[in-house]
Amino acid sequence: MDAFAYANPATLSEATALLASSLYDAQVLAGGTDLISLMKDYLLTPATVVNIKNIKELGGVAKGPGGLRIGATATFDELASSAVVKTEYPAIHAAVTGLTSPQLRNMGTAGGDLCQWPRCWYFRNGYGILAMKDGKSLVPGGENKYHGIFGGPAYFVSPSSLGPALIALGAKVTLANAAGKRTVDAAKFFVAPKDETTRGIDLQAGEILTEIVVPPAAGKNATYEIREREAMDWPLATASVCLKMSGGKVASAKVVLGHVGPVPVDSAKAAEFLAGKSIDEATAEQAGAAAVEGAKPLSQNGYKVQLAKVAVKRALLAVGKA
Amino acid sequence: MPDYSWPPMEKRKVIGKRISRLDGMVKSTGAAKYNSDINPPGLLFGVLLTSPHGHARIKSIDTSEAERLPGVTAVRVILGAGKEIQWQGQEIASLAAVTEDIARDAARKIKVDYEILEHFVDEEDLAKAGSRAKPAGEVTTGDPDKAFQEADAISQGYYAIPVITHCCLEPHGQTVRWRGERVDYWPSTQNVSALGAELARSIKVPVTQVHTDMQYMGGGFGSKFPADLWGTECAELSKASGGRPVKMFLDRQQELLMAGNRPSVFGEIKVGAKKDGSLTVWQSKTWASGGLGGGNLNADQMPYVYRNVPNRRINHTAVSINAGSARAWRAPNNQQLSYITCCALDDLAAKLGMDSLDFFIKNTSLSPRGEVYKYQLEKGAEIAEWKKLWKPRGTSNGPIKRGLGIGVNMWGGLGHDSKCRAIINPDGSVEVQIGTQDLGVGTRTIVPQVAAETLGLPMPAIKFSMGSNAYPPSGASGGSTTVGGVTASTRKATVNALNKLFEVVAPSLGVPADQLEAVDRKIQVKGNPAKSLSWQAACAKLGVNRIEEMGENVGRTAPREGLISQGAAGIQIADVSVDIETGKVKLNRLIAVQDCGLIVNPKLAESQIFGACIMSTCGALYEERVMDQQIGKTLNADMEFYKLSGINDIGEIIVHLDLRPEMDKRGVIGLGEPPAIGGIAAIANAVANAVGVRVHMVPLTPNRVLEALARRNA
Repeated sequence: MDAFAYANPATLSEATALLASSLYDAQVLAGGTDLISLMKDYLLTPATVVNIKNIKELGGVAKGPGGLRIGATATFDELASSAVVKTEYPAIHAAVTGLTSPQLRNMGTAGGDLCQWPRCWYFRNGYGILAMKDGKSLVPGGENKYHGIFGGPAYFVSPSSLGPALIALGAKVTLANAAGKRTVDAAKFFVAPKDETTRGIDLQAGEILTEIVVPPAAGKNATYEIREREAMDWPLATASVCLKMSGGKVASAKVVLGHVGPVPVDSAKAAEFLAGKSIDEATAEQAGAAAVEGAKPLSQNGYKVQLAKVAVKRALLAVGKA
Repeated sequence: MPDYSWPPMEKRKVIGKRISRLDGMVKSTGAAKYNSDINPPGLLFGVLLTSPHGHARIKSIDTSEAERLPGVTAVRVILGAGKEIQWQGQEIASLAAVTEDIARDAARKIKVDYEILEHFVDEEDLAKAGSRAKPAGEVTTGDPDKAFQEADAISQGYYAIPVITHCCLEPHGQTVRWRGERVDYWPSTQNVSALGAELARSIKVPVTQVHTDMQYMGGGFGSKFPADLWGTECAELSKASGGRPVKMFLDRQQELLMAGNRPSVFGEIKVGAKKDGSLTVWQSKTWASGGLGGGNLNADQMPYVYRNVPNRRINHTAVSINAGSARAWRAPNNQQLSYITCCALDDLAAKLGMDSLDFFIKNTSLSPRGEVYKYQLEKGAEIAEWKKLWKPRGTSNGPIKRGLGIGVNMWGGLGHDSKCRAIINPDGSVEVQIGTQDLGVGTRTIVPQVAAETLGLPMPAIKFSMGSNAYPPSGASGGSTTVGGVTASTRKATVNALNKLFEVVAPSLGVPADQLEAVDRKIQVKGNPAKSLSWQAACAKLGVNRIEEMGENVGRTAPREGLISQGAAGIQIADVSVDIETGKVKLNRLIAVQDCGLIVNPKLAESQIFGACIMSTCGALYEERVMDQQIGKTLNADMEFYKLSGINDIGEIIVHLDLRPEMDKRGVIGLGEPPAIGGIAAIANAVANAVGVRVHMVPLTPNRVLEALARRNA
């Protein structure tokens, strides 16, 4: 990797000041599980690396009156071992434990999970976030079995484990820069890129993701993940659901698909379909079918339509059982 | 001639015992130093600049900026202007620098201007291969057309198995220090004895100057026989850097691109049988690629194991693609042959409406070792509870379908040429020296076992020295030849040394030397422990002399002596569950029944089979090289999307070693390869049995399983 300056601030204001002064040339280091490999492959070549692990206020997983606060540098291991997360936010717990590498859980952070770059193998081999060659995406005519079924012009899939669950639960993400803070809905944080200047998330130059706040769980929730192997592997499809129930029937629902498009897919159609229904096998199956309406599979990833459907069905049935 | 034969089974005290790997602890604690851990003082880091393109010509190369970078000690151009590049990863330049970072930065400062040429990397698409496809010519036995006319059932299918790589945990590479007239060579190799000579030739020094040392290695699987271009480069960089040692190991991407692979095979197979299940005819059209060199398959070995089928028509085409070349991959060709054969036969059994176990057993007469396979299939079926659990294809209930499948293997495994020196010292200490390596087979353990057995000593009394070309030469570890080779040479050397000791001791015990035996740390008159000398006292009689005796195994003539032989057979039965909603395959059990003659250490033998079965789960369920025809590059030259099994993906592995006395009498036979052959076929057949339809290509990932199910339902 190229040489870089290393900064180790102790406070958020020091960190944002550092980022403000170095603009696009700085990268934030938390767990480093993605950043370091990107740097070793020369896909990112920051002049400055700002370590935020020593900023105390960015850590921790705690329940408060406003809901669950997850600090940006809270590790997946902290999330996996949190009793509150396990009992009240099973959708998050399942998303976290789906990451089966102890090494990644020990090092990887919640903020990093949201801010990581796509795993698309064209991107990782140097073809950019849109996988372009000679003005054309390599994905539709190439090896696309792991790519999105809700894509174009970006065909990569959002790699975030937490994203779908956070969106289903109505979480908000706080971002800070030298001028102050802003808060966005988790759903709005993910943005499908249209060109090479954006990267799939609403993180502006000079900003640090500081925390995630999940409102008190207003409904039963679950995540179901399908991947090729049990060892550390990226999901082929996931579904996170959150249901507010009333008298055994769904009052309102959120159904969010993961790893099927450049952003998590919040399915209004599935939510609409579920409203007023009780959850059984047939309803769950039909909700799955509704969730994948509008999918545009590529030459090798038609199977992901089926997987997304099944993930929705099984997530709903898990909620039904809970 | 001295009697070298193995002691009878019932008399063995060390051989045949479940002794744990002597180097297990140092390996698992990290105390064992692999050659990639060797860091001599003044160490430099060497790196290779490799081609980012699949097919190109070098228009110009400029190394000046790299040479100017402070810390760079030497830069060498391997392929200069005008040279053609044939695969991504081909070596273009090498350099050495004082740190790894400087070396990598310097490699990026070498400016290469390429003319991009047209590439071809998709060998499955045979129609587009053009002149890159080289047919081997048709082989015909009997009258296949007539046999198809007379067959009661015919099955036709398409079967495919992709290119996979070796994925050695310790990548290929070496450290070399070339100072004056001495070259110190620390490679990661399967070939300790001969590798130094190869390096010596390439750098033009007498072999006497090259000192090879390797105590531990992190996997080879057939890919670490040669010194390789990077060995030569490493030595030349050391010389050009004033004799400072240079360490050059491939990085993970290079390891997957350059260090060998197992060729793919694609096949259209047609087979026919009589109503009673007798296989009468085999026809195959196969094509394959192992990179630029095409892909030989030994296709005339099909149908694998069931080779004596009376009617055959075989066509094979090797396809050259722009990818790194194949290397031997744990049982070269055999995995593919077993996979293609067993899948086609399993489909034929289903077509006949026959239990595939019965079909595989019925046709064992088509194998020269049919009786052994029959026994093993029955034994495996008993362990698997086949008759209780097996159901006809696709009749398992519920969304989770269970299935059983069979794969078979065969191998030679004759011990290679090996020389051993056994030394008995007057103080009673014993050293055994062989220029061999422990590829993972347990050489470091089984050689002392044989020596201890012969000399009537406990294993800790034996010092075993290996891993250096200063010791008597022994063959490369390939083809499952090591255990046969080193046990035979060790047995002979230690018998010879012991006979010398008997001659020295005989007068003291008042009997001729041939009336003595070594038992329980004593030299005694045969069958008479009362008339004995302790090992120490016996050795003390050597005075100032020591005994040094050689033992030699000559592979070609060894079977006649009875210590070793060849011809291993085995079968695997897989038990899987398939979630037909997600297409995800879960391996419940993989049962391996294997013969390999006399088993020196059943624990290590089982360990070999465990490893082979784990590799089979990778190849069956996860592992494949993915190349993109648009750009001519490998997309998954990493350990993220080049997927291997993790601990929770493996399932239960059950090993049954065929230890029957008639097997033991055959002597030692190599085991490394055979159990790595049939597992992929067994798992593929189990999945077909579970879901009721053939999934055409391994690995059996959800996309392929779901596509096969959709085809069935259409």
